[in-house]
Amino acid sequence: MTGSLRIGFIPLVDAAALIVAVDKGFTAAEGLDVTLVREVSWSNVRDKLNIGLFDAAHLLAPVAIASSLGIGHVKVPIVAPFNLGVNGNAITVTPALHADLMAHLEGDSTDPMATALALARVVEKRRREGAEPLTFGMTFPFSTHNYQLRFWMAAGGVDPDEDVRLVVLPPPYMVDSLANGLVDAFCVGAPWNSIAVDLGIGHILHFVSDVLVRAAEKVLALRQSWAEKNPDSLAALVRACGRAADFIEQNHAEAAQILAQPDRIGVSPEVLQRTLDGRLKVSPSGTFRESSRYLLVGREGAARPEAIQAAWLYAQMVRWGQIPLSPEALGTAIGVFRPDIYDAAMGTAPPATGAEIGAFAGPPFAADDVIGHLKAFRISRWKS
Amino acid sequence: MSAEQSPKIVIVDESPIRAAILEEGLREAGFTGVVHVSEMQGLLARIYALDPDVIVIDLENPSRDVLEQMFQVSRAVRRPIAMFVDQSDAASIQASVEAGVSAYIVDGLKKERIKPILDLCISRFNAFSKLQDELERAKSALEDRKVIDRAKGILMKMKGFTEEEAYVLLRSTAMREKKKIGEIAQSILTASELLK
Repeated sequence: MTGSLRIGFIPLVDAAALIVAVDKGFTAAEGLDVTLVREVSWSNVRDKLNIGLFDAAHLLAPVAIASSLGIGHVKVPIVAPFNLGVNGNAITVTPALHADLMAHLEGDSTDPMATALALARVVEKRRREGAEPLTFGMTFPFSTHNYQLRFWMAAGGVDPDEDVRLVVLPPPYMVDSLANGLVDAFCVGAPWNSIAVDLGIGHILHFVSDVLVRAAEKVLALRQSWAEKNPDSLAALVRACGRAADFIEQNHAEAAQILAQPDRIGVSPEVLQRTLDGRLKVSPSGTFRESSRYLLVGREGAARPEAIQAAWLYAQMVRWGQIPLSPEALGTAIGVFRPDIYDAAMGTAPPATGAEIGAFAGPPFAADDVIGHLKAFRISRWKS
Repeated sequence: MSAEQSPKIVIVDESPIRAAILEEGLREAGFTGVVHVSEMQGLLARIYALDPDVIVIDLENPSRDVLEQMFQVSRAVRRPIAMFVDQSDAASIQASVEAGVSAYIVDGLKKERIKPILDLCISRFNAFSKLQDELERAKSALEDRKVIDRAKGILMKMKGFTEEEAYVLLRSTAMREKKKIGEIAQSILTASELLK
């Protein structure tokens, strides 16, 4: 068994299971000597995993799929035997855009269809006035944030490629960019939404769990070749992360202390705990909003990488023109998520019912009917 | 651009010294169209305006993810941009990532023309980190000497040693305990702080 591992991560709350697994000694208890390496960009994490400078990584779920499909970059088959987080992102807007949206809102502000329709009205009004298109920040072309923003606004009739600008921004630059008007809104993971609200420069418009009930966010990613050569180390790592995820769900306060360390996430434990508790300050005036679905680290089977999640992400890549639709590619995408490795390592039986996506718009998603999903949406780059 | 002219190279780097080293190297090698971008705000717009053939970025820069956006189909991009390193370039990827640099090129620029640019970037990046290591080592050596001098002073005062006797004691203790003289000196300073 290979005992010594280098694992890359980006300082975000959904790296929690990995960080806690190492810092609480769960990996050591499994006989693993893990060095965590904090990284500054997803491109770096991907490249260092691909070429073997990392044995494993905290990775955007769609990047693991894109790498395996060879889109956007070099093709390197990746496996994801552990889901580090479900949900956890939020959409934050400037106070000015928030006021504009609320002025055009019909219905409940936590209803994503109501806000998406309000956004369509604001976009239309700005067009009439000859104003610049609104700019939305997201973290990576192959990111849940990109797909979640697109899914939400397109449901209200806003074409993400025609009506607004979507730009990639590294998470640490999100808040500054919102403050100095480079973007009007962003979709990012914790803690950045809370930091914008605390600074008084942003309103959290939506938790992503408003848009999708269950969205696989970050995965524990490994090269397939490494996973095949090191099955025992892999199982040990999955178990350590599983134990850490359980620990986090039961000990938010202690987990927040661990994550707050300067070489880990490096922000105040209080802000981190808000995310874990799912109780977030959503407006600078101090309004709080609570959701039991804000971020799932291990509860409700969140750690099991479900095939349906990989299929949904692949469907978004097709919908937005990043890859053509093909049964082979769908199979490859689904094959990245490895619930079998998870079940074997954890010693648990597969759940009786499959997980759902639970999107607020369109028909229920089924992994075996990607075409049905694509046909359900008018705004799309996919040509049937 | 015409592929036969010197390609326009943009260096995206927040370190002015490293960028200067790289720029100088590229110019010496005959690449005259080199522009350094150090401002990360509005990076993509700046790059589109400069319209480079090659973009070089350091891996410590979070804005690398911004550049990845250029691979995407978008009307904002006048020319498609692809990563230099493709499937057949495993060794190049390895060397560049280890050196801490990454390069992006516009589709259509011949590989033979890119290779010397990337090789040069890799060697200059490696030279820069070697320089930084040496600087670090020199700094810590200086720091050690200061600590040793203070420890000698304490020993001279408390034990009535000459400077040479104090140094001999430090050195022999270090050898016996298999530690560095600086570490022994530091523990003397710590102990004398505690006993104050």
